[in-house]
Amino acid sequence: MADTGGEQTISSYIQHHLTNATVGEGFWTFHIDTLAWSIVLGFVFILSFRSVAKKATTGVPGKWQASVELIVEFVNDTVKSTYHGKSKLIAPLALTIFVWVLLMNLMDLIPVDFLPWIAGQIGYYGFGVDPHDIYMKVVPTTDVNMTFALSIGVFVLMIYYSVKIKGFGGFMKELYAHPFNTPWLYWFNFILEVVSLLAKPLSLSLRLFGNLYAGELIFILIAGTLGLWQLPIHFLWAAFHLLIIPLQAFIFMMLTIVYLSLASEEH
Amino acid sequence: MNINATLLGELIAFIFFVWFCMKYVWPPIIGAIEERQQKIADGLAASERGEKDLELAQVKATDQLKEAKAQAAEIIEQAKKRGSTIVEEETLRGHSEREKIIAQGYSEVEAEKNRTKEELRQKVAALAIAGAEKILEREIDAAAQSDIVAKLVAEL
Repeated sequence: MADTGGEQTISSYIQHHLTNATVGEGFWTFHIDTLAWSIVLGFVFILSFRSVAKKATTGVPGKWQASVELIVEFVNDTVKSTYHGKSKLIAPLALTIFVWVLLMNLMDLIPVDFLPWIAGQIGYYGFGVDPHDIYMKVVPTTDVNMTFALSIGVFVLMIYYSVKIKGFGGFMKELYAHPFNTPWLYWFNFILEVVSLLAKPLSLSLRLFGNLYAGELIFILIAGTLGLWQLPIHFLWAAFHLLIIPLQAFIFMMLTIVYLSLASEEH
Repeated sequence: MNINATLLGELIAFIFFVWFCMKYVWPPIIGAIEERQQKIADGLAASERGEKDLELAQVKATDQLKEAKAQAAEIIEQAKKRGSTIVEEETLRGHSEREKIIAQGYSEVEAEKNRTKEELRQKVAALAIAGAEKILEREIDAAAQSDIVAKLVAEL
């Protein structure tokens, strides 16, 4: 009895942590926690970088400017080594994706109960709501809507660059004439190429989502099941996760650049 | 894992952030970085040029120093040569002067000797005449014997 009761609490605890705060119904549901945190972090990114951009000096840079320039130059080098066309969009796009995704992933390192607990307290004392009814998922990249928004943006740009550089005919030709260049296999090529084209944004978003969701889930599991032992285990998992966080941000940025450079190259 | 309108909101946020970054964040930062890189490259080139200039100047300076030393040595050599010739000339001149002075002395002494001889001759002639006069006072007329006296004078 006690076991089932305990399991129930753990599963409801996990359930509680994996549920978004929502507004609206059906398709017109908004995950306000995802939206709020991602937009706040987006503003953290653009405003902190903007502060450097506004007073960027060509002389000796300050410490903050130097660290921002480090990131900018890293992204710039990555873009230059991969994308050979001329585009004013690719590099800022890559920078935005890298820093924004990195910041959102870093939310994973905040102790899992900390922000939801604060939200619960505010809800309880400020609005008289039961803290169990207040949901708060603080890592926006554990929400498929977030990762799909990024990958769909990239997908649209892929199609835009393909059509812009190769023309609509060239883009279509790439879809049906690619692996087997014989007319009676065009239908087969088309299916193959469309699948591989659609797989790109799908894998892009699901990779980020999967990694972060799994990481968050394990934090929640550790927090929910291990009692006091969670402290060293949390530390170990956080140390390991510290590798995954920038890696996933980098992979997302890198693949964006690769897909866009593939889209803008003639074959 | 449910797709809903959050996606649209995030898409709009994404587009806005990328647009803002492209418009107001990326260009000034990358511009500053590239300008600084250019500056550093220029500075390095300038320093390299300066180093080369310095090297050239050093080579030039050593060359000039060598030349100056050679010139100085030449001048000293010339001065030495000139000095020795002057000494030689002066010695030569002194010798000739001495010779001249000695010769003059000799000739003077010779002239004095001759004059004295002449004087002595005159005096001896007069003395002889006076002696002969004394001896022959009584029997010989001076005028008649003067040719003998003249003969005597000439023999002296």
